[in-house]
Order: sequence, then structure tokens, then C-alpha cells
Amino acid sequence: MLNKYPLWKSLMVVFILIFGAIYALPNIYGEDPAVQISGKRGLDVTASTLDAVKQQLDGANIGYRSAALENGQILIRFSNYENQQNARDSLVKGLGDEYSVALNLTPATPEWLANIGAVPMKLGLDLSGGVHFLMEVDMKTAMERAQTNMIDTFRAKLREEKIRYKRVSESGTGVEVVLRNIDDLEQAESILKRVDPGYVFVDNEDKLSLKVTMSEQKIKETRENAISQNITIIRNRVNELGVAEPLVQRQGQKHIVVELPGVQDTAKAKEILGATATLSFHMVDQENDLMSAVNGRVPPGSFVVYDQDNRPVLLKKRSILQGEHIVGANSGRDQQTQQPAVYVDLDAAGGDKMSRGTKGNVGKPMATVFIESVATGEKNPDGSLKFDKQLEVISVATIQSRLGRSFQITGQPNPAAAHNLALLLRAGALIAPIAIVEERTVGPSLGAENVQLGLQAILWGFALVLAFMMFYYRKFGVVANLALAANLILIVGVMSLIPGATLTLPGMAGIVLTVGMAVDANVLIFERIREELREGKSVQQSIHHGYDAAFSTIFDANITTLIAAIILFAVGTGPIKGFAVTLSIGIITSMFTSIIGTRAVVNAIWGGKKLDKLSI
Amino acid sequence: MQILKIKDTWAFMSYRKPAVIFSLVLIIASIVSLSVNKLNWGLDFTGGTLIEVGFEQPANLSEIRRIMEQGGHEDAIVQLFGSANDVLIRLGQRDNVKAEMLGNEILTMLKQGTSQDVEMRRIEFVGANVGDELTEQGGLAMLTALICILVYVAFRFEWRFALGSVTALAHDVILTLGLFSFLQLEFDLTVLAAILAVIGYSLNDTIVVSDRIRENFRKIRKGTPEEVINISLTQTLSRTMITSLTTFLVLLALFFKGGALIHGFATALLFGIFVGTYSSIYVASTVALALGISKEDLIPEVIEKEGADQEELMP
Repeated sequence: MLNKYPLWKSLMVVFILIFGAIYALPNIYGEDPAVQISGKRGLDVTASTLDAVKQQLDGANIGYRSAALENGQILIRFSNYENQQNARDSLVKGLGDEYSVALNLTPATPEWLANIGAVPMKLGLDLSGGVHFLMEVDMKTAMERAQTNMIDTFRAKLREEKIRYKRVSESGTGVEVVLRNIDDLEQAESILKRVDPGYVFVDNEDKLSLKVTMSEQKIKETRENAISQNITIIRNRVNELGVAEPLVQRQGQKHIVVELPGVQDTAKAKEILGATATLSFHMVDQENDLMSAVNGRVPPGSFVVYDQDNRPVLLKKRSILQGEHIVGANSGRDQQTQQPAVYVDLDAAGGDKMSRGTKGNVGKPMATVFIESVATGEKNPDGSLKFDKQLEVISVATIQSRLGRSFQITGQPNPAAAHNLALLLRAGALIAPIAIVEERTVGPSLGAENVQLGLQAILWGFALVLAFMMFYYRKFGVVANLALAANLILIVGVMSLIPGATLTLPGMAGIVLTVGMAVDANVLIFERIREELREGKSVQQSIHHGYDAAFSTIFDANITTLIAAIILFAVGTGPIKGFAVTLSIGIITSMFTSIIGTRAVVNAIWGGKKLDKLSI
Repeated sequence: MQILKIKDTWAFMSYRKPAVIFSLVLIIASIVSLSVNKLNWGLDFTGGTLIEVGFEQPANLSEIRRIMEQGGHEDAIVQLFGSANDVLIRLGQRDNVKAEMLGNEILTMLKQGTSQDVEMRRIEFVGANVGDELTEQGGLAMLTALICILVYVAFRFEWRFALGSVTALAHDVILTLGLFSFLQLEFDLTVLAAILAVIGYSLNDTIVVSDRIRENFRKIRKGTPEEVINISLTQTLSRTMITSLTTFLVLLALFFKGGALIHGFATALLFGIFVGTYSSIYVASTVALALGISKEDLIPEVIEKEGADQEELMP
């Protein structure tokens, strides 16, 4: 018998290898320093912006390699880091704060490769440098707010329908509505039942009260909303930070992952991401004595808040307006006084509330209270994080006229503070506060160092295995080595091809491990061929039987390792996932190269002729 | 060329009693060490803050400790990391309002204290909850892996083999954990990943051996189970040694060239592969033998005709 592959099979092997090699190719071209410009607050970057940018750079005499408008962003490539830095500084000044200008590294992939979708592997933060945050949404507060909202809605509805009620208050996780007589109760029930199908009415026959709770569906919805609103808001904040390729992603029930590659000023990033801020507007209580309130006799319906300079202010508890109605905020200067000011825009409902609340209060002082939610580091009994509300009066201003949908707040000490406040307000009012529960920051130099170390480990491991295999199996060893090299190329190719795959340092370790374990299949096959030869079978029979007999063993052995890798992928996060990815890909590609790949070569060299001896 | 030229069958199984005693002693020692010394849990599991900084000159650790103490961080663990210029500072959980700002605070503190330019290389902050969740998830992952593998091997082979290989895996995992506990090496997420990789590798080895035992039970008409196992182990010994060797070589490359971040990972794998190789020879086969594996268990119900055994090798 002779061992021959049909032509199509050999061609398939060659085709797959070329395909893998082409998609692995972009990884050797490196990266260009670049600047990326995008519009803030939904502002689009247009061709005219591109012209302005080009003019600006030419005017400042900064050389660039290319400038293009892609996917609503401008990308300018430079040949060195100095030009990149200069260009950034110049553009930040020239374009103003309506645009976000971010430093970036862009793959220097040649056009013909980019056109067929070949891109380099995505590097994890431990290799590229940057910040990784895991944030936890405070679900307890989200539920409390939903409850408060329920109370407000019921009160408004009852008032609207002119049904007199004793009280509407919270009771457990639900709301209790107490009415004056049976008629009112029946009427109220039929009206309130139409408010929201997510509210469940609990029968409460003997009393003049209605007990309402939220349905499972409604609770779930509220939690989902809290997460998705936070994700939207964090996306906005991240955009404000000017990061080139940020990642904001949900993880599990109440966590959000934020990854900011290349961010150096982590302190600022954390301050902006970690603080949830909202505003609340209250009338100053002028009827009661401030001093006695500070001394502990706080009149009911009022509360004491301190301002930046620690001076107390007595405020009415009922707020005129809360932060969730804010749709926009910008910083600037007051036209008359030149004081730093924040211009606030409200939605329609907010405008109505504001106008109703200020109508009868012209000439009286109104306070703007800044509420910041900060994680205390302590935990609730159920293990979730405890959040603390920090209140601060940021301005007390006399209402000059009835306010509407846009107004300004003054009282910030400097333009930077006004800018920061505007940024936080613009990012919106959160349903639920959020805290950073995990951070991993890798400096850019450590990232580059990790790449170097990982590459070295791969190359050394590769070289050692190549040397051993050649020494031990001679010509067959060379075949196995070819398969090993092909396997490395395929791993890189597949990693580049899969959009979600990220290379991390443990991922590189996974490649190293794969290099060591991939030869196992060939060792199994070659040892089998030796055994068959020893048993006195002919050369061709030994080759044939060696491959056949080893196959099921290789298959079983690899499947089990794959099971371990997939479980690792399912439960692991970040870098560990990277390890699982390279390990799984490596197992699959190595089965291809070391069984089908080597067989093609072995058949081509030894398979087609009559041999009496085989040196293996 | 060949390292091992084996003409005769090695009587592996006649040493199984000393091997069982040897393994039991090691397992007991590991369990004792795990309960006495515990594991040196890394930041991923305990929570807290870790800062790696780079100095321009070799770092003065006692000075840094003094700065940390002055800053109110008496619990700070300060140590060199990788080179004389790199310092790793680890802090426990803080009831601080802004625990996540701690890293940057320390950086400023060090810059002022040493009046050197301090480069931030790495900051890691892990909240306590996250750590708890991870420990739970990690244990769950390990358990799921073991069960899935048990099911697969039982399905593909025979329950005696499945039990044998899972015993071998548990053996390897316990010994590796024992080593980490005994040497008080830091147990972080990468080490957990390495242990799962050890499970994968050790199983790989065990399956190759089991596969051969199954084949030989079918092929060799005479001979006791012990003899068949001895023959199978001898036949696969050469492959077992070579694969362990190549894997060992790449792991050495990883250990010496991969940098300090990957040391724990490489250590766990180096040790794991070592015990994994041993366990695939002794533990798995011994258990299968003790459970009474025999020819009848592995012969397919339909009796093959003479000379048909070549086809029967294919799945």
C-alpha cells in the first residue's frame, strides 16, 4: 500500500495555512501614533471639521502622515510621538471643548490587508496599558427611588381625581394608601389600578387602606433600568474623558465593566466615573430660626445643609425639582458679573415643575443642593455596598423671575469647578448610585514590558521544543516542527480574526503552553509508527496504522483539555479569559496541524514510494 | 534516536503499594499544610489595594516603609518585585470613603517622600465582595471541570477509568495547592487558571494511558489485568516522558523569561505537570485496578472476528 492524499486534501491544507497567514500578517506591522477627534454631546464631526483640523495642523507646522474621516471620527496618523503630542495640544486649543481629542495608537496595517478585514489582535489592558474598572450599581437605592416614585404618582393621581386621602406612605417594599371612607377606597382602587400594570394590589378588606407592591416583572424592570441607565451615563462620561477605544459593558446582575486603554491620569478618570452627582433645588426656610435648627431643634419640613465654606443653610424639605429632569449643562461666565456659571437645561416636565415651584417665590432665595453618592466601603447586612449621600449647598440665589426650562447657577469658585459641575450634571442624574469595586491599572511601560516578556517566553519555548524534536525524531521531527510553526501562525491568525478575542499576558502563557503540548499529538503518532515498525510491519503500513491508531487517543485527550479551557472561559474574567481563549484556539489548531498537516507532508515525502527502511 | 529502549515490560504495578503510600503521605501532608498554613490568598481573593512602582535608582525599602507608616498605612507590605528598582506595596481593606483613590494617594505620597520621580507601573484595587464572589466562582469552576470530565471519561471509557482519572486529578490539584500552601506562594487568579490547565494536562496523560489499556485488553487475549496494565504503561512510557519533557521545557522558558507577573502561574504548572505525569502512571491505573477492571468490562458486546481488531480502534 502507499500513503497518498488526494489532491484536494493537500490543497485544503495549503489553503487554510495561507488563509491563516494572511490574517496573522497585520500583527507584524506595528502601530502608528495617532490622534482621534470626535464630537461631544451628539455633535457630529464633518468634512468641514476635517478641513479645519488640517488647516490648524498646517498652520502650527506639524507634519502628519494622513488625516481621514471614518465612522464619524477624524483619525490623524503621525510618524512619531512628538508630532502626536504637539498636534493634540494644538488641536485641544484650536477646536475648543465641543470636541474630544484623544491620543491613540492605530494599527499600521497596509490598505490591501485592511480591505479584506485583516486587523491585528486586540491587546488586553495588561499589554497595552490602561485602566480597568468594575463598578457596582446600588440596587437598594434604585428600589427605594422606585418606591418614592410610586408614592408621588399616587398622590398626584388622587389629587387630580379629587379623591381625599389620609396618607400615602411607604410600607415594607410597597406603598400604603389610607383613605377616609369606603366609597373613596373603591374609587381610588379603580383609578390607581389603571396607573401601571406592574403594581400589584394586595387585598386588605377590613381597613380603609390599599396595599400596593411591585410585581416581579416590575422589580426586574427597575433593576434592568438602573443598570442600563448607568451604562448610558458612564458611556457619556467616558466620552467626556476623551479615550480612544473605551469599553463599557454589563457584567452579571449589577456590575458594569469599564476599560479605558491608554488612560494615564487615573485619578481624574476615577473621580468622574465614581462620583454620582445630582442636583436638587430647595427654597430657603426663612420663617424659622437657623441657629436653633443648627442646635438641634430642626423644624419639621425643613433640614440643615452646609455649603462649601461649612456655613449652615436651613432649607425646606420639599424639593422644587430634582436632577433627573436635567437634559443639558454647560459652563461659562455670567454675562453681567463675569462670575463662573453653569447653564442648566431641563426637559418639559422639569420646566413645568420649575415654573410652578418658583411662581409664588419671586424675590425669595432658592438653594441649589449638590448631592453626591459615595461608597462608604462598608457593607449592608446583605453584602451589598453601603452608599452615603453627601449634601452640599453650592449656591443660594434670589429668584429674579419665574424660572423655566433653562436657567443658570452661579456660585462656583472658579471656571474649572464650574466646568466639572457641568460635566457631572450633563452626565445626568442617576437612578442608582454606582461605586468602583475593582480597579486594575497598568502603566504604559509595564504593558510594553509585558509584551516583550511574553514574546521572549514564546520564542524561547518554541526554540527549545524545535531543537528537541529535531534531535529526537530527525526528519520526522522537522515535519513536526513545521506543524508547530504553522500552529503558531494559525493561532495568531484566528485570534486576529475573532472580533472578541483579546490577547493578554496569561493568554501569551497559554500560547507557550500550547507550543509544549501541541507536539504531543506528533509524539503519539511517531511513537506509534516506531512500534509498528518494531512489530515488523512495512513502512507504509506503519505510517498508515500509526496515524490511524493515534487519532482516537489524540482526540479524547484534547477534548478533555478543551473542556477545562471552556469552563475557564465561562467563569473567568479579564486576563484569565485570555488564557482560556488562546488555550482553546491552540488545542483546535494544533489538532489540525499535527494530524492533517503533518500527514500531508509525510505522505508527500515518504508516502508515494516503496521504502524498506524509515529513520524515525 | 531513542532515549528509552525498552525491550521488556516494566512491572509498574508491582510497585503500586509503595506508590499508594507515597501519594497518601503527600496528600495528608498537603491537607495538613492547607489547614495549618492556609493559602496565601492574593489580592484577587482578599480584596485590598496593590501598587507597583518603578524608581529610577534601586529602591530603599526601609525608607518606603517609613513613608508608608507616616502616611498612616502601618499594615503596608513593601517588597521588591522583579528588579531592584521595582517595588510592590500591598494594603489591606480600608473602610475609607474612597478606597479606589488610595493608589493615586500612595503614589503622590511616595513622590513627595522620596523626592524621586516614581513611575506608576500598576495599581490594583479589589473590593471585598468581589473577592468573595471570585473564591466562590473559582471553586465552582474547578468542581464543574472535574464533573464534566468525569462524565466525558465515563461516557467514552468505563466508570472505573473515569473514577481513576478523576482521583488522579484530585491528587494533582491537592498536591499543587499543598505546595503553594507549604511554600506560602501567593495564590492569585493566574494560579487558579494554571491549576485548571494542570487538570487538562494531567487528564490528557491519563487518557493516553487509559486508551492504551483499553486497546490492550481487547487485543491481548491472555494475561491478568495487572500484566495488561504493565504492558500498556511500558508502551506509552516513552511518549509520556517526551511530552512531559517538551511541556516542561516551554514552562521553564515561561518561568525564566516570562517575568515576575507570571511566576506563580509557571510554578503551579511546572509542579502540576510533574505530579500529573506521576499520577497518570500510578494513581489512575492503580485505582482502576483496585476497582477490579477486567477484560470483560472493555470488550464490546458484539464479539469481533479474528483480524478485525484493526478497525475496532477507530471510534
